[in-house]
Amino acid sequence: MSTSRPSARRALRRLPLHAAAALTVVICLFPVYWMVTTAFKPSTDIQSYDPRLIPRAWTFDHFRRAVGADGFALFWRNSILVTLSAVLLALVVALGAAYAVARLRWRGRRQFVLAVFIAQMAPWESLIIPIYIISRDTGMLDRLPTLTLIYFMITLPFTVIVLRGFIAGIPPELEEAAQVDGCTRAGAFRKVAFPLLAPGLMATSLFGFITAWNEFTYANFLIIKQQDSRTLPVWLSSFQSTFGTDWGATMAASTLFALPALAIFLALQRHVAAGLASGGVKG
Amino acid sequence: MSTVRERSGPRKVSRPPRAAPGRPGGRDGARPGSLWPYLLIAPAVLGMLYLLVYPLARAVLISFQDFRLRQLILGDADFVGLRNYRTLLGDPQFWEVVRRTFVFMAVNVAAIMVLSTLVALMAERLGRAARTVVLSSLVLVWAVPVVAATTVFQWLFHSEFGIVNETLTGLGLSSYEGYTWFAHGGTAFAIVVVLIVWQSVPFAAITLYSALVTVPAELYESARMDGAGGARVLRSVTFPLIRPIFMLVLSLEVIWTFKAFVQIWVMTCGGPGEATTILPVYAVQTALAGQRYDLGSAASMLTVLLMSGVLVLYFRQLFRQEGEQL
Repeated sequence: MSTSRPSARRALRRLPLHAAAALTVVICLFPVYWMVTTAFKPSTDIQSYDPRLIPRAWTFDHFRRAVGADGFALFWRNSILVTLSAVLLALVVALGAAYAVARLRWRGRRQFVLAVFIAQMAPWESLIIPIYIISRDTGMLDRLPTLTLIYFMITLPFTVIVLRGFIAGIPPELEEAAQVDGCTRAGAFRKVAFPLLAPGLMATSLFGFITAWNEFTYANFLIIKQQDSRTLPVWLSSFQSTFGTDWGATMAASTLFALPALAIFLALQRHVAAGLASGGVKG
Repeated sequence: MSTVRERSGPRKVSRPPRAAPGRPGGRDGARPGSLWPYLLIAPAVLGMLYLLVYPLARAVLISFQDFRLRQLILGDADFVGLRNYRTLLGDPQFWEVVRRTFVFMAVNVAAIMVLSTLVALMAERLGRAARTVVLSSLVLVWAVPVVAATTVFQWLFHSEFGIVNETLTGLGLSSYEGYTWFAHGGTAFAIVVVLIVWQSVPFAAITLYSALVTVPAELYESARMDGAGGARVLRSVTFPLIRPIFMLVLSLEVIWTFKAFVQIWVMTCGGPGEATTILPVYAVQTALAGQRYDLGSAASMLTVLLMSGVLVLYFRQLFRQEGEQL
């Protein structure tokens, strides 16, 4: 059909396609680009009626102000602490449950898996009020362990679902061989299957990390009086009121907050499409 | 159905059928009656019971009680039967919120599904390099934390120095000079929608794209040989094959937009006026701002009820695909 003028015509025909691709990339990247460049621009350029797409001069002032802001180090520490403990807890608990589901036969297994799938879609936004009241009644308001427990529960179902897949993918014969050689059942799992699971554990824990790192709602409503127990998302959301119209510092804070999540996502890009899509998980 | 299973192709670990648990004569299964499996799942079950089932039951309970600030402090709440639900359902303001929630959901989901399908179809047709660039930028957007994205959008649409206003003014639309987007109901609503669509398209587009690449090329070839045009191929070959994944993504997006809370709370707190107050926002406002925990719980439970209809559809779709793994 296109033997007469192949390449030129082909390029012309693909022009709209490439224009659409370029437009998609621009729409995706512009807000992120604007966040980062605003963070690096001198204040006079930010508050100007003649915005420049490429900064004229670069400055670290905004980052210095954001990092030097009251409690930044503390909130950073809180966020890391809550996130890491929630993810670790979820990992340990999920590993046991995933092993039971993938390898053992027992009555109620199907029901358990169904419950995990339902828990994955739990309406957390609609549980704010009872959880607030329960935390208040048990004296758990304003305390970081409360957030740890909730983030543990938010990440647990997904961790179970994904680890189950990874464990089922390891041939049981490997462990059986180790058992024949004199290992106990637990020892066989630890020495043979566990090393093979490492990539799966890595991927799930990083996605759990991002979920907990970004969580805003419960951090906002359960930490009220004790300002020292706040986490970074809440700090960022109140940043503007603290800093007034200092958009440079606000964007610097956003950049600092987004950086760990961006780094993890880009590093895990290969797993993102398949792994998350099947678990029904939004980043 | 084979398209569905192949969807997990890029995943590194596949599930060989022999690893399926509970197979007859499984040397590997624990002896029936063994306690081990139950000990292994006990922490997860306890977690679900205390952190999900109990709060949910508590919410149901509160929604049947007279529960305000007094009862929060002193306890001893009285049961009032369905009074809270009657109050809500008789309140025109509540129905306005329900209506707004459905409009919000419909607009968001329609935009997300149309755009992500287009992006997925586009990505499939692109060359290798261009496709990598498009997919990477989608992943980048996906990774931006909600609160950070919300803050950035507030800055983009800032009335005085926001880039959007300056661009519009620069294009000659001088009425946008200093336009306060968040002070007008319609525009605040629109910006929340744009933000949510921007954040949601990557997940949907990447999932649909990974479904598209599993469609065998021979099907396209034979359809073309039969003389089918592009639109016809799309309608008769592509769409039927990716339909299960499409429906899965659709129901997930419905649920997720129904639960959109953080973006609205951080950006507008439901305002201006009530313009962006959807059900979850309304429930929290009623409970925490108005100290009407009972009404807030009732509104939350009605939200869960409305959502569970979609959830059932989602699970039916999910188990039709992954049923063999259960």
